[in-house]
Amino acid sequence: MRLRYLTLTAVAFFSAFPLYYSVVVASRHNSALAQVPPPLIPGGNFFANVSRVFDTVPFGLALVNSVIVAGSISIAVMFFSTLAGFAFAKLKFRGRNVMLVITVATMMVPAQLGIIPLYMLMVKLEWTGTNYALIVPALVNAFGVFFMTQYLSRALPTELLEAGRVDGCSTWGLFWHVVLPAARPAAAVLGMLTFMSAWNDYFWPLVVLNPDNPTVQVALSTLASGYVNDYVLGLAGTAIGTLPLVAVFALFGRQIIGGIMQGAVKG
Amino acid sequence: MSSLPLAVPRRRRRSVRHTLDLRVSPYAYVAPFFLLFCAFGLFPLVYTAWVSLHEWSLLSETQTFIGLDNYSTLLSDGYFWNATFNTLSIGVLSTVPQLLLAIWLAHLLNRRLRFQTLFRVALLLPNVTSVVAVVVIFSQLFGRDFGLINWVLSWFGAGNIDWAAGTATSHLALSVMIMWRWTGYNALIFLAAMQAVPRELYEAATLDGASGFTQLRRITIPMIRPTIVFVVIVSTIGAMQIIAEPLLFGQSSGGGGGIATGGPDRQFQTLALFVYEQGFANSTFDFGYASAASWLMFLAVVIVALVNFLITHRVKGGVI
Repeated sequence: MRLRYLTLTAVAFFSAFPLYYSVVVASRHNSALAQVPPPLIPGGNFFANVSRVFDTVPFGLALVNSVIVAGSISIAVMFFSTLAGFAFAKLKFRGRNVMLVITVATMMVPAQLGIIPLYMLMVKLEWTGTNYALIVPALVNAFGVFFMTQYLSRALPTELLEAGRVDGCSTWGLFWHVVLPAARPAAAVLGMLTFMSAWNDYFWPLVVLNPDNPTVQVALSTLASGYVNDYVLGLAGTAIGTLPLVAVFALFGRQIIGGIMQGAVKG
Repeated sequence: MSSLPLAVPRRRRRSVRHTLDLRVSPYAYVAPFFLLFCAFGLFPLVYTAWVSLHEWSLLSETQTFIGLDNYSTLLSDGYFWNATFNTLSIGVLSTVPQLLLAIWLAHLLNRRLRFQTLFRVALLLPNVTSVVAVVVIFSQLFGRDFGLINWVLSWFGAGNIDWAAGTATSHLALSVMIMWRWTGYNALIFLAAMQAVPRELYEAATLDGASGFTQLRRITIPMIRPTIVFVVIVSTIGAMQIIAEPLLFGQSSGGGGGIATGGPDRQFQTLALFVYEQGFANSTFDFGYASAASWLMFLAVVIVALVNFLITHRVKGGVI
């Protein structure tokens, strides 16, 4: 019994410690890094280091880009996934089951396999270097559709929809007046999950963007590569790119975890 | 509903529209997903196969059909096999301990527990951290001269290990990063499955005097087997595609030798990183060759995933 708490506390410690330590290093002067033993409590240099980050890479622009990209992707995913989830969960149409199976199966396709032609496509569309290349392919995804299908088939009473029909609602009216309000809790979780993964996405932005117009993650990797010995700079950037998300997670962790567990069980 | 006769014609017109609405709108609602998937998922996938049969680069205007030449060149390319070995090595080192640990953690969380939410949040915290942040932080922790890990190891007489330099050490360091990020996530997935196991089974086992570990082995693992199979497959597919970690580790550990080589001796270049090197980091932008490598990688993913599926599918309670 006691061992269980001890183990879990140790694991929790190891989960949180690297993040804490990155803040420690980010708040110190470079010379502190050569200390033995290494410093374990934060110093007073954090904001000076952060302002160096903004001087070194276009971090302000990167923040704006990331907010635009992650924000518009999450809104679109919430909307389209609820729409498709409503159809799969509550409407009758030919081929529904087959289409749902296909949707789930696409989750298994490794996205990296298509990265070269996808890039060529972006060159053709002249979207390379722009946020369109990040936003448009991500507007809806299989996980979101599946997630909302599962939620709506359980949480939305069919009687409610029938009542709406009797009142003369069209399907679109039902979606707008009945489904959307009912879907709100799950859609919010989906939105947060999507925002986080879009914010953290690294590889595709690296391929398709250029360093002058980066997202936060691309800017961070520039910071980490160009200034090899300046760990403080890299970690200060990492801290400001990561901590907002960690704060959101700390606030809504319970709901987000519930969402992950719910969405993944039947995958 | 009773209605006045006057209203009848109007209702009929509306019912035509109504039928149309019922028939067509479901397709309209699922269309965005399928259209986007075809354009940005399926088409690139199929087109990769076509590109792989060509001498095809970003720089030249003409593409020559060369059949399977790219594939045969690949199969005799030492760097390709090196990358394959590294992928499998890092994949096994990160996935096997990770999943065992995740099952055990889920088992610990699956009882009456105080601070339940706090533990779950702490466990998932690494997963919220971006891969870039993870590698930057861990590159510092794994630093040769002033890294915290070497400092701790020095208490035990080891230390001053140049983690990025060696094959085994760099694979270990990368596996730690991957494990740190994903163990908690997988533990929660297992936990979700475990909570569906009927409580009575455990109560009966406790009455019979079965220990916690026996209960895990005899009850929990057999009962959540579908989830185990699912997680193993998903992790396998993920592990075969590892790219961001070695790419960033090569950058931030200052290994040199070009950013996509996975260290100066390619000691931690994975398959996905090899594809990236050929397609984007190489000055030739050899899309044909990189596409062929992508397809061989896909083949490897399918084979490894299938083997794992067969293995986990056959594992029964008590055999692990």
